[in-house]
Amino acid sequence: MKTMKMIAIPAAVLALAGCATTPGPDELRTNAIAMMKASFKERGQAKLDRIDQDDMQRLCSEYVGEKVMPKEIAQSLEKAQQALIKYPADGKLLGDWKLGERIAQSGVGKQYSDDPKKPAGGNCYACHQLTKEEVSYGTIGPSLYNFAKVRGYGEQIQRYAYGKVYNSQAFSACSSMPRFGHAGILTEEQLRHVVALLMSPDSPVNK
Amino acid sequence: MRKNLQVAARAVLAVAALAATGVAAQQKSAIEEIERYRAALGDGNPAELWEARGDALWKEKRGPKNASLEQCDLGLGPGVVRGAYTVLPKYFADTNKVEDLESRLVSCMVMLQGFTPEQAKKDPYGGPGKKVAMDALVAFVTSESRGLPMKVAGTHPKEVEAYELGRQIFFHRGGPYDFSCATCHGVNNQRIRLQDLPNLLNPRDAKKAYTAWPAYRVSQGEVRSFQWRLLDCFRQQRFPELEFVSPASVALTMFLAKNSNGGTFDAPSIKR
Ligand code: HEC
Ligand code: HEC
Repeated sequence: MKTMKMIAIPAAVLALAGCATTPGPDELRTNAIAMMKASFKERGQAKLDRIDQDDMQRLCSEYVGEKVMPKEIAQSLEKAQQALIKYPADGKLLGDWKLGERIAQSGVGKQYSDDPKKPAGGNCYACHQLTKEEVSYGTIGPSLYNFAKVRGYGEQIQRYAYGKVYNSQAFSACSSMPRFGHAGILTEEQLRHVVALLMSPDSPVNK
Repeated sequence: MRKNLQVAARAVLAVAALAATGVAAQQKSAIEEIERYRAALGDGNPAELWEARGDALWKEKRGPKNASLEQCDLGLGPGVVRGAYTVLPKYFADTNKVEDLESRLVSCMVMLQGFTPEQAKKDPYGGPGKKVAMDALVAFVTSESRGLPMKVAGTHPKEVEAYELGRQIFFHRGGPYDFSCATCHGVNNQRIRLQDLPNLLNPRDAKKAYTAWPAYRVSQGEVRSFQWRLLDCFRQQRFPELEFVSPASVALTMFLAKNSNGGTFDAPSIKR
């Protein structure tokens, strides 16, 4: 009872302050989303529902700048995302690294300017170094060169790599990396090829 | 200038051919090619052709009211073009809205020249074989702010609101890739492939990026406005199509323009 009172008072004060001057944070969010909804038009595969947010997108848009996400929220977010990972039913995690390299190179997919009938790429090189040969790589993510050579080639790391590419948020809340499996960007078969690129001893990633 | 532009035309073709292949490994040589191209141009920039066309269009009597835009108030009073871009976006009492340059031009075309809003917004961007008035007017007006410091007020309650909404939109993650503007423009010294990404939350980068638009895009042979820049980044963000001079586009521009205050405006520039 006592704690309830303590929480209730500041909330009321906040609500009042919010009315008197600028809109409070929740109202601002609501207004921004309404404004976005009125400012885009669907084109090709990019429909207006792309502005809607799931829990992860909402939370990770809220905790930005100086507003650091509390540890408990980050952990429960990761847990919820882990539950969304679907590992291949047959347990096979590795495909063909050569096809994986092609997927890692391709940046097409899901833009309204892309043909929805063509398979999407993973665009891994946009953000990661992967091989010594490819010098045109971005730095939004860490270098993945020698990924398995450093971490080991075992089943556990394979599972981590598959899960990570399937749903990056399951291992680090609010990562900048897309959830390739969860969002349906890459198919199960494509995911296996990409995981092979990271995990195969013959892959240029591990040379 | 004439000779410069001939050199430019040849260089544009060469670079466009390179850029069109789109192969990442060739990005570096394309960048080098543009450096050579810039050197060949000296002080020239093909955007000058758009600026000259915009200057003429500004003075030309057009529309149902057969009037020019010369009395348009771009923020510093009717008819003042010099320096106007450095105070935009801004709240305008006559429309009761915060407007960026492009939306203000639409309002002036409606109020002074008698176009319908639909007519004024109909052709926002040029393309192959299509030259539009908007690009030219934008090039002309912005060129008249070259060398001046950005000083967006952002103090009127509607301007404060637009800035805050723009900030929300900047951080709004969505779409199949979970991207927001901050994914690509929220950290220092990052690049996507070989392309450097400005951190638009860092004043140094924000000033440099904002004051370089509009720009003549060598790979497209067009002058591109700031509205176009936002449209194309939202496309890469996997969002739907940003509508020209929409409220979200103006709010986001307010956020980015105000963050560039103090930077010296230096556009239309030239970009790959
Ligand atoms: C838009 C940027 C972006 C893209 C595209 C991207 N990643 Fe990432 N990736 C990141 C970031 C940022 C991190 C570090 C934060 C984290 O762990 O989520 C990361 C982390 C990783 C990790 C974990 C590394 C470790 O040390 O545990 C792996 C594995 C990985 N990425 C693989 C891939 C693969 C494979 C692709 C392409 C299918 C890809 N990424 C595409 C941004 C990206
Ligand atoms: C997936 C990556 C990505 C996202 C998301 C993204 N951008 Fe960009 N942005 C780029 C790239 C790449 C460039 C350089 C493009 C070029 O020169 O062709 C760029 C350029 C820019 C520039 C011009 C910088 C300069 O110095 O010329 C501005 C301003 C900008 N972006 C704003 C935004 C805003 C605002 C958003 C959100 C609506 C956004 N971007 C979202 C990748 C992105």
